[in-house]
Amino acid sequence: MSAKEIASGGHVAWLLAGPALLLFAGIVLVPIVMTGLLSFYDWGPYKGIETVFTLKNWREIVTDSYFFGIFLRTFRIALLVTVISVLIGTPEAYILNRMEKPWRSFFPVIVLGPLLISVVARTLGWALLFGSTGLINVALVRLGIVASPIQFMFTETGVVIALVHVLVPLVVISVWATLQRLDPQIENAAISLGGSGFTVFRRIVLPQVMPGILSGAIVVFALAASAFATPAIIGGRRIKVASTLAYDEFLNTLNWPLGAAVAVLLLVGLAAIIAGSNRLMERRYSEMFR
Amino acid sequence: MSFLMLQSLTKRFGDTTVVDGLSLSVDKGEFVSLLGPSGCGKTTTLQMIAGFVEPSAGAISLNGRDLTRITPAARGLGIVFQSYALFPHMTAAENVAFGLEMRGIAKLQQVKRVDEALALVGLSGFSDRYPRRLSGGQQQRVALARALVIKPDVLLLDEPLSNLDAKLREEMQVELRQIQRTVGTTTILVTHDQGEAMALSDRIVVMNHGRVEQVARPTDIYRAPATAFVANFLGKTNLLPATIAAGAASIGTSRWAADGMMDGVARASVRPERIMFGDSEGLAGTVKARIFQGHHWLVQVATEAGLVLVIAPNDGRAIPDDGAAVLLTWRAEDMILSQSGSAA
Repeated sequence: MSAKEIASGGHVAWLLAGPALLLFAGIVLVPIVMTGLLSFYDWGPYKGIETVFTLKNWREIVTDSYFFGIFLRTFRIALLVTVISVLIGTPEAYILNRMEKPWRSFFPVIVLGPLLISVVARTLGWALLFGSTGLINVALVRLGIVASPIQFMFTETGVVIALVHVLVPLVVISVWATLQRLDPQIENAAISLGGSGFTVFRRIVLPQVMPGILSGAIVVFALAASAFATPAIIGGRRIKVASTLAYDEFLNTLNWPLGAAVAVLLLVGLAAIIAGSNRLMERRYSEMFR
Repeated sequence: MSFLMLQSLTKRFGDTTVVDGLSLSVDKGEFVSLLGPSGCGKTTTLQMIAGFVEPSAGAISLNGRDLTRITPAARGLGIVFQSYALFPHMTAAENVAFGLEMRGIAKLQQVKRVDEALALVGLSGFSDRYPRRLSGGQQQRVALARALVIKPDVLLLDEPLSNLDAKLREEMQVELRQIQRTVGTTTILVTHDQGEAMALSDRIVVMNHGRVEQVARPTDIYRAPATAFVANFLGKTNLLPATIAAGAASIGTSRWAADGMMDGVARASVRPERIMFGDSEGLAGTVKARIFQGHHWLVQVATEAGLVLVIAPNDGRAIPDDGAAVLLTWRAEDMILSQSGSAA
């Protein structure tokens, strides 16, 4: 192939990638840039949005502890959901992977179940279960485990439980995919050297599935931090998180620029946390990411 | 009493019997190979010894202790897997140390024994390397060191050399044999490579369809294969139809003494390298093709008894050309006669 042909090959490559690139720019980049610009505009209850450059919104978010509290809660919920989902999802994937023939195709459907149900129906279902006269509380009280109903609705606990329920499958899928690439003989080798079941899982299997756990955790963290319907229904007005805050600013207060600033900060914060933890894990388990 | 005993070991998966009543006794320090084509049950046998597969029937005992119901972790056997199965997230030294750690051996002692094991397999300078940074042969050595460091009663090798290229495989064969002699560990090797089995073993167990065809020393099994399957599987052989009459066997135009054989048909088996070109007598034939192989020639001769393969050393003597008429001869003791009804 001559140099000229390679050069024209470059043109062909751009041409082929062009439509997808334009679509990506149109539906991802442009809205983000516009939201970013919007966050620098001014807004007043009587004048509406003014297209002038101001740092007012950003100053308000950074200085007002109200916003700090909401962002702290958002990332606290996301972190809790991620940790619990990993703790449940990783052993779950390991067990699923070791299941025998008929169950092996049946149980994954159950595990993936929550993902197949509409978010509103699923969350309202949880609301029914969580209420003070809901199934969970009635059962707990009748069994004498608690004296009075536990408050699930409009608490962080309720939001975390409902989010874990729908996000665990994502960890299971991700870890399962990694498990299936492992050489089963490696586990046998560890057993033959005297390792007990738990030791083999902790020392041999777990480090090898770390990339799968990490990618699952990143997806879960991102979805939990930006979840809208679950905190809106279970958390209600009391447990505000970044996404419901942005929604309220846009649609209730009509302060679009402030809402935009909240949304951009959520995006930037998420990106920074994900990139940082990714770095950390890749260094810690460097041999598994090759 | 022998060291490792397998008593009518049987494994069935559903309706198929993979290993069928296999009995074998192995002495302490012996190197025994399980040899056979794929699907002959040799790997399943190894996995039953290791404890990863539960036998359907039969028993395994080691040094008088019944192993059949003991977990793989408690058997204390060293295993080298076909894929090496090294722990990818651990260095070579950590890999080797794992078995010692599981045995609760003191850290200082661990370091010493890991160093010794890595030195034994010639990998002294590689203790901090991760498996991915090691060549296939080096990974193989780490796997061997990891299996040997726990001083196992029995070393099990599952096709350990099949992932190496031909030259490296030969080097590793020599080395494996030396290491096994040095440490004196009783060793069971599973292989489909007859060359490997002959080079390494004290005794070879030839298996086919889950059954033992023959158990013997490599030289004996090569010289006197018990069945046609063994003869064909270990090296090349010529199987020629013979007719027995009045204590003599005739193969084509040649006559051989055949004491104690019944009149009727028989089969003669002769190794191609034992056949010579005769001057005045022998089995008459014509050279169909000759192929030069460097240190020897392969000569195909069409005879009355069928196509005969001759391996002639490239020792300066003339090799008959294509189409030449030749007489084939061999010593009586190089031929094994068997009659139908008997093993062949």
